[in-house]
Amino acid sequence: MKRVIVVGNGMVGFKFCEKLRNRSAEVEIVVYGEEPRPAYDRVHLSAFFSGSGAEDLLMAPAHWYGDNNIRLNVGELVTEIDRAGKKIKTHTGRTDHYDQLVLATGSSAFVPSIAGVERSGVFVYRTLEDLNQIKAYAKKITCGAVMGGGLLGLEAAKALLDLGLETHVVEFAPRLMPRQIDDAGSLVLEHKLTQLGITIHTQKNTTVIEGNGKLESLTFADGSTLPIQMLVISAGIRPRDELARAALLDVHPRGGIVVDNFLRTGDENIFAIGEAVCHNNMIYGLVAPGYEMADTVAAQIAGQPFREFTGFDMSTKLKMLGVDVGSFGDPFGETAPCIPIVFQNPRNGIYKRINISEDGKQLLGGVLVGDASQYSMLHQMVINKMVLPESPESLLIGNGSIGASASASVLNLPDTAQICACENVTKADLVCQIRAKEAKTVEDLKKNTKACTGCGGCAPMVTDILKCTLEELGHTVKKTLCEHFTYTRQELYDIIRATGVKDFDTLLDKHGRGDGCEICKPTVASLLASIWNDLILSQAAIQDTNDRFLANIQRGGTYSVVPRIAGGEITPDKLMAIGRIAKQYNLYTKITGGQRIDMFGARVDELPEIWEALIAEGFESGHAYGKALRTIKSCVGSTWCRYGVQDSVSFAIFIEDRYKGLRAPHKIKGAVSGCIRECAEAQSKDFGVIATEKGWNLYVGGNGGSRPQHAKLLVADVDTETCVKLIDRFLMFYIRTADPLTRTATWMNKMEGGLQYLREVIVNDSLGIAAQLESEMKELIAHYHCEWKKVVETPALRAQFRHFANDDSQDETLSFVEMRGQKCPPDWNKK
Amino acid sequence: MEITDAVKGLGSAGAPRANVWFKAAPVADFPENAGTNIRYKGRQIAVFNFARRNAWYACQNLCPHKQQMILSRGMIGSVGDEPKVACPFHKRTFSLNSGECLNAQERKIEVYPVKVEDGFVYIGLDE
Repeated sequence: MKRVIVVGNGMVGFKFCEKLRNRSAEVEIVVYGEEPRPAYDRVHLSAFFSGSGAEDLLMAPAHWYGDNNIRLNVGELVTEIDRAGKKIKTHTGRTDHYDQLVLATGSSAFVPSIAGVERSGVFVYRTLEDLNQIKAYAKKITCGAVMGGGLLGLEAAKALLDLGLETHVVEFAPRLMPRQIDDAGSLVLEHKLTQLGITIHTQKNTTVIEGNGKLESLTFADGSTLPIQMLVISAGIRPRDELARAALLDVHPRGGIVVDNFLRTGDENIFAIGEAVCHNNMIYGLVAPGYEMADTVAAQIAGQPFREFTGFDMSTKLKMLGVDVGSFGDPFGETAPCIPIVFQNPRNGIYKRINISEDGKQLLGGVLVGDASQYSMLHQMVINKMVLPESPESLLIGNGSIGASASASVLNLPDTAQICACENVTKADLVCQIRAKEAKTVEDLKKNTKACTGCGGCAPMVTDILKCTLEELGHTVKKTLCEHFTYTRQELYDIIRATGVKDFDTLLDKHGRGDGCEICKPTVASLLASIWNDLILSQAAIQDTNDRFLANIQRGGTYSVVPRIAGGEITPDKLMAIGRIAKQYNLYTKITGGQRIDMFGARVDELPEIWEALIAEGFESGHAYGKALRTIKSCVGSTWCRYGVQDSVSFAIFIEDRYKGLRAPHKIKGAVSGCIRECAEAQSKDFGVIATEKGWNLYVGGNGGSRPQHAKLLVADVDTETCVKLIDRFLMFYIRTADPLTRTATWMNKMEGGLQYLREVIVNDSLGIAAQLESEMKELIAHYHCEWKKVVETPALRAQFRHFANDDSQDETLSFVEMRGQKCPPDWNKK
Repeated sequence: MEITDAVKGLGSAGAPRANVWFKAAPVADFPENAGTNIRYKGRQIAVFNFARRNAWYACQNLCPHKQQMILSRGMIGSVGDEPKVACPFHKRTFSLNSGECLNAQERKIEVYPVKVEDGFVYIGLDE
C-alpha cells in the first residue's frame, strides 16, 4: 500500500487527509504536526474569546483520525527530508519513510523588525498558545492594540474587544483590509468599528515600541505616539518553507515553496499545499485556495481525475465584527479600464461599489460594506461574464424583495456557473439532480452533490436554484414539516381543527407516515396545544425538551423554575415566599429580563415538590419553558410615575392574565409602557402597547434576540377594549398561519403585503375572519388551567418526574461549584 | 435492586449479544413512545418503549456531545426506516439500531438488546 506522509496538521493539512481518505482507503496516511493538538479552525480563533473552547475549534475530534485509519503524531516537528532515501526525520530523532510526501507546513506570523518588538506585552496571533498568552496578559491590563488592519488583524481586534480591553487598530496603509476594499469602503467600515468601541489609526508606520522592560507605547513615523499595554502583531504571514529550503527544493526569493499547477515541487514525490506554497508568484493566505490545492493533490495521489490549480478567485464575503463585507472580481478597477458605480448610505453605514467595463456590458468586480446580501449574485455575474442589465445601477439599489429578483437572477445564470466553490458543483449539476434524479430538497442535493457541505456559503443560492427549478417543473414548493408529513404547518392546523384529532399518533396514522421525529413531534404538540389547550403532559412523549418536564433544562440535567409574576408586580410577602422556597431547595436565583424570578438547579424529582410549595403560596406556572406566552413587561405608568398617562401596570397584568398558557409557533413576549418614554421597551416585543393621552398605541412584530427588530405601529389611540380585541385577532392569526418556530417578526417579514396587509386583516377584517379569531381565542382562554397545578394534584403525572424508573437514587454525575455565594454547574467544556 | 439472570439471550436489531439479562422494571413503568432511565450497578441505561414500531431499544444514557446523562429524556422517531433518539440538549440524533450518530460527527453510543417477559422489561448487558 502506498504510504503518504503529511507534514503539518493545520487546516489545509487536515483537509488534505479528509479528501484523500474520502477518495481512497488503500493509502496509508501518516501525519506529523508541530503543535500539541490536532488541527483546529484558525480562521475563527476569535471565537475562543467569546466562549468557544479549544475542543469546539477542532476541525475534527481526536478520535476521527483513528476512526479513519490516519496516524496522527502531534507535537512532533519534522526537521529533515532525505529525498534520495525518501525518509523524513523529526525532532525526536525518529525517522519515517514515505512513497509520497505532502508539505502542508503553513506559515508563521510575520514580525517586522521594529525596535522594541522583543518587549514583554508583544504577541502574535496565530496559534492557540498565542491566544492563551494573550488571554493571560490581558487580565493585567486595560488597553491593547493590533498592528495590522487586514482580515486577521480585525479578527484579533475582536478578540481584544471580547477580552474587555480598550482596543486600537494600527494600519500602515491608508485604509483597512487594503487588499479587499477601497478607501471609501474602508471609511464606512472604520465608522462602524468605531461605533463598536475600536479606535482605528490608518496610515501609521510604527517605528518604535517603547517601554521599560514591558510595552508602554508605540511611536509612529509621523512623530505621534499611542500609549498601550499590549500589542498583537498581525501584519502578514511568512511561509514555513525552511524544511524545503534545507532539502534543496526551489523556494521563491521572498519565501514560499515553489510549485507547479499540480502542486508538485522540483521533486516528483513531494507535493506542497497551503500557505507554505508560492504558486505563480502568489502566496495564498486564505483557506479556500488551500482546500482546492489539497483536493488536487489528493486526487492525484488516489490516481483519480483532478483539476489543475491555476490560481484562485480571491473574492470573499465575510462578517467582520458584525459588519458584512464583500469583495469580488477586481475590486479596485485596476485590471481593465472601468467605470465605478457607487452607492452610499451613511445613515445605515452602507457602501456598495461595482466596476463596470467601459462598454457597459460586463461587471468586473466590486466592494460591499454593511450589506453584502447581493454578493452571491454579483460574484456569479463576474465569473460567468454575464451581460449586465440596461441600467446596471439597479443591481445596487434593490428593494430587498429577494423573492422575485432572486428567481430572475438564478434563472439567468449559465449552466456552467460554479455555485459551490468548495466542492465544485455547477448549476448544471444541481439542475440535473432536480430534473432527472428526483432531488426535492436541499438535503437531497447535499447528499448527491456535496454542495453546501463545505463552508455553507452557497446554501442560499442552492435553495433559490432548487425552488426555481422545481417551480419550472410545475412543482409548487411547499414548506412541509419533514419526511413524516407532506403538509405545511398551516395545513396541519386546518386538518387538526377540521377533524378534531387530539393526539399525535392518530394524526400520524391518518395523515402522515413513519414514526415521527424531533421536528414534527413538537410542531404537532404546539398545534394541539394552540387549538385545544389541553394538558400538554397527556402528550408527554411528543413534547420538546422543556415542555416534557414543564421546566427549562440546564447544563448538568437540572431544571429551572419560573413562577408567573404578571406585569412584573409582586408583593413583599410573595417575594419572601419565593425566597424561602429557593433557600429550602438550595436553588440559584436570578431576576429575568421578563421582570420575574428564575430559580435554577432543581432536580427533575424535586420539580413537583417545589411547584407544590409555590402553588400553595398562590403562584402558578410562568411557562418559561414553552413556545408560549412568556411575560408582559410593564413600566410604572400613571399610578406612581410623574410622566405616566395611562395605568400601564394594570393593563399589563390584565393582558398577561388573559393570555397566560397560550401556546404558539414560538414564544410570545409583550409589554405595556405608560407613556412615550417607553420604559417597558414595548417596541422590541411581539406585541407592545404604548400609552397616549387618548388611549393606547398598538405595535406588532418586534423581538430582541440575535436578530433584533422593532415592532411596527398597527393602530394608534385605541381604547382598552379595542386594543384587547385587536391583540386577540393578531395572536390567533399568527398561531394559525405562521411556519413552525417562527417569531412574529419573521412571520410578518415574509408576509405578502406586510404590515399593510396585516392591518387590513386584523383592523379592517378584510378576510372576514375577525369574529372567528376572537371566538377561538375566547375558547382557549376559557380552557386555561395551570398545568403545574394539574401535575401536583395528579399522582400519575408526578410519578413521571424521576431520574431512574427502577430506583429512587439520584443522578450521581450531578455536581455543582460555587460562584458568588450560590451554586452553578461545572463548565461542561472542561474535561 | 433486582436479581440479575445470567441467561444467554439473543441480541435484537443489530445490538451485541447479551451475557446477562437485567430485570429492570415492569412494562407499566415505561411510558409508550418515550424513554425511561434505568440504573444498573453504576451505569445509567436509557430504555425506549417504541410502541409505534412494536419494538424496544436501549442505549447508554450518556450523550457523547457534552457528556450529559440525558438521552432517556430525548424524543424518539425515525429517519427513513431507522429508529432514532434525539438528545434534548442540542438534538444530536443517534440510531437506536447501531448507535451511530446520524446528524453530526460524534462517537457511536452503546446500544443494548431488550426483551419483555411476563410483564417485565429485561436489558441485555455484557456484564
